[in-house]
Amino acid sequence: MKHLLSAKDLSREQAVLILDMAEQMAATQARQVKKLPTLRGLIVVNLFFEDSTRTRISFETAAKRLSADVINFSPKGSSVSKGESLKDTVLTLGAMHTDAIVVRHYASGAPYTIAHSGWTDASVINAGDGTHQHPTQSLLDAMTMRRHLMGPNPLGQGLDGVNVVIVGDVLHSRVARSGVDLFTTLGAKVTLVAPATLLPVGVETWNCDVSYNLDQALAEVKPDALMMLRVQKERMSAGGGGFFPSPQEYTREYGLDEPRLAALPKRTIVMHPGPMNRGLEITSGAADGLRSVIVEQVANGVAVRMAVLYLTMTGAEGGEA
Amino acid sequence: MKNYLIKGAQLPGGQVRDLLLEGGAIVQVAAKLTPEAGVKVLDAGGLVVLPGLVDLHTHLREPGREDAETVRTGSRAAAAGGFTAVHAMANTFPVADTAGVVEQVWRLGKDAGYVDVHPVGAVSVGLAGEKLAELAAMAASAARVRVFSDDGKCVADPVLMRRALEYVKGIDGVVAQHAQEPRLTENAQMHEGVVSADVGLAGWPAVAEESIVARDVLLAEHVGSRLHVCHVSTAGSVEIIRWAKGRGIRVTAEVTPHHLLLTDETARTYNPVYKVNPPLRSAADVAAVRAALADGTIDIVATDHAPHPREDKDCEWAAAAFGMTGLETALPIVHELMVETGLLGWEDVARVLSVAPSAIGRVEDQGRPIEAGEPANLTLFDPSARWTVEPGDMETASGNTPVAGRELHGRTVATFLHGKPTVLDGKVVG
Ligand SMILES: [Zn+2]
Repeated sequence: MKHLLSAKDLSREQAVLILDMAEQMAATQARQVKKLPTLRGLIVVNLFFEDSTRTRISFETAAKRLSADVINFSPKGSSVSKGESLKDTVLTLGAMHTDAIVVRHYASGAPYTIAHSGWTDASVINAGDGTHQHPTQSLLDAMTMRRHLMGPNPLGQGLDGVNVVIVGDVLHSRVARSGVDLFTTLGAKVTLVAPATLLPVGVETWNCDVSYNLDQALAEVKPDALMMLRVQKERMSAGGGGFFPSPQEYTREYGLDEPRLAALPKRTIVMHPGPMNRGLEITSGAADGLRSVIVEQVANGVAVRMAVLYLTMTGAEGGEA
Repeated sequence: MKNYLIKGAQLPGGQVRDLLLEGGAIVQVAAKLTPEAGVKVLDAGGLVVLPGLVDLHTHLREPGREDAETVRTGSRAAAAGGFTAVHAMANTFPVADTAGVVEQVWRLGKDAGYVDVHPVGAVSVGLAGEKLAELAAMAASAARVRVFSDDGKCVADPVLMRRALEYVKGIDGVVAQHAQEPRLTENAQMHEGVVSADVGLAGWPAVAEESIVARDVLLAEHVGSRLHVCHVSTAGSVEIIRWAKGRGIRVTAEVTPHHLLLTDETARTYNPVYKVNPPLRSAADVAAVRAALADGTIDIVATDHAPHPREDKDCEWAAAAFGMTGLETALPIVHELMVETGLLGWEDVARVLSVAPSAIGRVEDQGRPIEAGEPANLTLFDPSARWTVEPGDMETASGNTPVAGRELHGRTVATFLHGKPTVLDGKVVG
């Protein structure tokens, strides 16, 4: 596995391999000495065209635990018309003998373009591109679900029989896209819930169910995992697209509050990719409650990213970490 | 000027004839002509002769973006593709919205001498969509403008569109509309549908084109004007135009070679060479525009040749410019998709690439029958030739062809502009 660009590219075998390796990585993190020598002498660049402190820190921690040298680079200018071209930035990194480029970009497809342009020989890992994909997020979500829902020994397993409900701004969400791809590859059944304004035209061809009504979907699906997506407040203004009338209405129709939380089956875990808008898509009671695995998701993110860096940078298909 | 005897060319109607060109005109067409001394003989056995092709939709980029194309390089590309006339779109810098700018472009075309360059005048000042440009002044200028378009932008304001349609009646003009509802396409990157949902690029819905086409045909009916719809790309637009023609509304429509050939599936590569406006659509849309060209609902093929410098395409999709080149590849694509499939004959090709665009643009000396006494604007095409597109080997100054590496069916062997060869042996002369 040279690159990780999209969850769609992963076979079930590859996905399970990454998750199993992430479990091994997680086990090493329980030790006193957390650092492994695996990627010593190799250079990982976190190339972040879009701010995301939490994702950058997660990748940085993962790379450092594997003894790689990490360079953080956040090119100036957040609009496509400003600043140095993507090509020049990547050529510059190539001149520094970069072994892996972790890319976060506001433009969908930018990591794909970097990987296929001939501008670099480095491994390219997509850390979130526009409204397209965020494969390591869906991997850490899958790892979290597998730990909670697939019995005492998750190793070797997929997510067979798991019902996942994903609620919120699917239209603009790379988390939803990668989630649908990966969870279904692993055998789960996914239901997307959102107002029709926040679902893409074409969603009817995706390998999932779609509902406009959260209460109905929760009652029918009885989810094992309920994932709330971040809803950007600016999306409701006319300038931001006018996707819904008011935050109050959104919360009423699609927010996870105490009554909805109480109505969930006992086994249901509550997830959120962060950062949360407390009080909009999720109440503090739900975010901090016993069913919430949101903090675990963050910890699993480091383990999954260690596994992905290891597999892409060493070209290994398996083996001990 | 040398005289030419073209021997053994197949006319669009199928007859094989010799053609004698003299003093810029076709002087004889006969089954067998014997060359007199001093006449250059061109063996056209196996070649089809067409009236010189006329493009109603070309971006020559000069003035202002000479890094992408100049009138000279674009004219050479046109000649290489078998064209003898092009309509140069108005979205230059400065915009072709005055008699001065259209005359400048017209003169540059004359000086280059490879094709007749007919400038298109802007509908609105600066393409801003607010105030009518001086259409009559452009019409009365040396450039004799008859086609008016804000192409690149839509004349979105219905009142301005109505005024433009009314106003051009006085100068026998036509408004060529780039149909794109601006609010429905803010930040749009590609066709909205299954593929855009997957690849996460903001959608350009078919309805944004169709709603403007529907509005405009109704406006054209109301004021009794001529409307031309640029680059029709959706099945819905085809239906509306078919309906409008059935009602007797004076609407004509064009389709580009790339909308006949390619679909939105190409966006999965994130290769910005496939980024174009209007976007490449679904396979069903492609089938609909082919059928519409075959049944005459769509009147013409126009290239929307839109050259861009390398740096505007060598980047992430969202940052890339819209547009692709097309002058040098249009005829082989039409041949492969429409003629080899039996959807069109050569007389139809002459109609959609020469006769009808000349009529829409009121170009009197082009798109004429291949007969004695007619101007010698001719294209000789070898349908059996096969060649692979190398962007670096093209006459256009830009490399953004969507068919790089593709084997094309047929090649322009010679082009004559007013009796003078601009292309011989497949090479631009001079
Ligand atoms: Zn246009």
